[in-house]
Amino acid sequence: MPHATASAESSTVRLGERVTLDGVKTVLLVGVGGQGTILAGNILAMTASEAGLDVKVSEIHGMSQRGGSVSTIIRMGDHVDTMVCDPGCADVVVAFEAIEALRNQQFLKRGGKLFVNDETITPVPVNIGNARMPRDVSAKLDEIGAIRFDAGEIARSVGSPKSANVVLVGALSTALPFGVEEWEDAISRRVPPKTVEANLEAFRRGRAAASRA
Amino acid sequence: MSKQLLSGNEAIAQGAWEAGARVATGYPGTPSTETLENLVHHEDVYCEWSPNEKVALEVGIGSAMGGARTLVTMKHVGLNVAADPFMSVANTGVNAGLVLLVADDPSMYSSQNEQDTRNYAAFARVPCLDPSDSQEAYEFAQRAFEISESFDTPVILHETMRIAHTRTMVEATNVRREQDLLDYESQPSKYVMMPAYAVARTEVTNRREDDLVAYAETCDLNRVEMRDTKVGVIVAGALYNHVREALPDASVFKLGLSWPLPPRALADFASKVDKVYVVEEACRYFRDHVAALGVALSEPPAAPLPRSGEIFPSDIRASFGEPAPEHLPKMEGLPPRPPAFCAGCPHRLVFCELRRLKAVVTGDIGCYTLGAVAPFRAVDSVIDMGASLSMSHGMELAGVPARTGRPVVGVIGDSTFAHSGITSLLGTVYNGGKGTLVILDNRTTAMTGAQGNPVNGVTLSEQGKRISPLVDAAEKPSVLDRPAGKPLDLVALCRAIGVDEVIEADAQDLKQVRSALKQATSHEDQLSVVIFRSPCRLVERSRKAAPVIRDCRRCGTCVNIGCPALGKDETGYAVIDPTQCIGCGQCVQVCPFDCIEFE
Repeated sequence: MPHATASAESSTVRLGERVTLDGVKTVLLVGVGGQGTILAGNILAMTASEAGLDVKVSEIHGMSQRGGSVSTIIRMGDHVDTMVCDPGCADVVVAFEAIEALRNQQFLKRGGKLFVNDETITPVPVNIGNARMPRDVSAKLDEIGAIRFDAGEIARSVGSPKSANVVLVGALSTALPFGVEEWEDAISRRVPPKTVEANLEAFRRGRAAASRA
Repeated sequence: MSKQLLSGNEAIAQGAWEAGARVATGYPGTPSTETLENLVHHEDVYCEWSPNEKVALEVGIGSAMGGARTLVTMKHVGLNVAADPFMSVANTGVNAGLVLLVADDPSMYSSQNEQDTRNYAAFARVPCLDPSDSQEAYEFAQRAFEISESFDTPVILHETMRIAHTRTMVEATNVRREQDLLDYESQPSKYVMMPAYAVARTEVTNRREDDLVAYAETCDLNRVEMRDTKVGVIVAGALYNHVREALPDASVFKLGLSWPLPPRALADFASKVDKVYVVEEACRYFRDHVAALGVALSEPPAAPLPRSGEIFPSDIRASFGEPAPEHLPKMEGLPPRPPAFCAGCPHRLVFCELRRLKAVVTGDIGCYTLGAVAPFRAVDSVIDMGASLSMSHGMELAGVPARTGRPVVGVIGDSTFAHSGITSLLGTVYNGGKGTLVILDNRTTAMTGAQGNPVNGVTLSEQGKRISPLVDAAEKPSVLDRPAGKPLDLVALCRAIGVDEVIEADAQDLKQVRSALKQATSHEDQLSVVIFRSPCRLVERSRKAAPVIRDCRRCGTCVNIGCPALGKDETGYAVIDPTQCIGCGQCVQVCPFDCIEFE
């Protein structure tokens, strides 16, 4: 049985309604510096805090942002203690890049959700011949129950190549009990004004992709 | 009242503003940087970046002595630079409140060591506040000013990366309590630390220590949470949250004031629980200081806590024999993804050439520290800010150039040169040192996110008026062309100091980089400074179309400049990733067969 659960659930909460979670939910966003994990984390944090939840968001700034592996942890609930995520504790892992999904697989809770942007960014050590790309990335991801789709392609198809991160937020939204309106409200307030429509479309496509996959 | 998600740094800025801080100084350093970058948005606080932390603290001491509540910010190693004034202001005390925000970096995500600032607090006998989330960071920032004035002492507000860069909910009044400027009168016996006065002031500090210990015994910065009495944990900062997560039933003595410790309150706590444990990371500060008070501490039953690095709830569970959640194994054999120079980074060609020259490079602190790793492997040492230029002189004194046949080159960035490289250069010139020093002038303090500095002349106030002016590529002319402060003329400075030869070169032009380094390293009887100029990609974001590769010979030369936009296809041919390429042309210049061209 795969470690992650591949079925999608739908959310039914209305805007402004206070959300109750079953305990504390932990979401881990992982990717490569520059992929927009921080904005995606901000959208989730805003959605959760507007829903009246206690929220903690932890991320690493500084040196790793120069193209290195990055991660953002968002924990939410009635009361949140730790701001970090231990192995086996993430209800949802959203990987903005496929190798980073594998690198962080140990954080996924049994029965949790793993959404993966199905593309790879070659690390510099591979380019210069000091390391090799892993084989069978997709098969490995399928084995652990990942929900894979090409967020970059979806973003390009809505004419907004930079919105791959919001496509992934769309996928993430299917795993959390917040209303679509609340997500869209947070996106509208967080992205540059001229890009709101494109980002909302990216969000909707991401939701659809996650449900289809 | 407003409730919002704030990082520890944002919360401290909010707290300092509400507490009526009028002046704030600092030097950028992860994880402390965003504090001043947020505080500067408030018009009623004057904020500036100093060239280094010593200067920042001295300016801060002056303004606090002059009667204005003052915040000074730095990372943990910055307090080493500021240690000299810090140890003395601990004795003089203050007039208006003086708070030092010092941010530690357990696990060294962006640092050269993981020293614990609380040791400095105990060393100088300066009170140290330790918030465990942003709400406390906001409240403690205000309390720190009150304690500073009540006890006539500077106060350390201590945080770790996990506090600085975690956003948690903060309920803030959003009301500034304006503080009148305090009167200033000359008090040489308080502020002139010559021996006769310093001896008397030490008596004052002794009495202040006693008063602070008495305060610590009852103050509400510390909190005892009694639960199951089998396990009692003494903890502070972010780790408090991890202890609550991992050992929810344990009784906890949460220290919000980590110096001085309250001897009676800790003994009382110890008497109420079967066993007392300390949970701390990266050092033995609490273990040593609590044990010195005579409190018997126990070792965790299952395993000791890690001796270094950040501690997570999983570490605490393991040490106390609590079960860990089931999880997949960590996948082995994946390619690492370390940070790398950005596509188009102006440091790249310089380190390619230094590698080709087989130079002994005494390096420094900034993005260009990455010149130490593959594919460059061109840096021999990184010790502290400014060490590059002084260490190359030391290498010369040890005869390294003659004995190895390799040129010794000190390499430093523009901001680091202003921080503490100028005095290093002065020492070499003064003592007749020779050799080659490289200043990488990329027009900003890049590693911490593109701040202004004395070389580019962009002030913090100026940055505060916009969101991030250094990063606005659309703005023409750029703020760098007309900064509000005075930019430093590096060439004139080097000449005035007495450098024999000053060479300027474009860091993006391989021929210029090569000839400048060749010229500078070719003579043994001169001290040469090479200034490589080209703006950081965080500052100059314009891009051109990617070049095209034709008839690639698969030699790998281009790929070995370590550009994230360059890779090889399955058959070994070089390929360019057009989404990452910014069209800088570095690969065009290094291809030995002229196979890469702009169309």
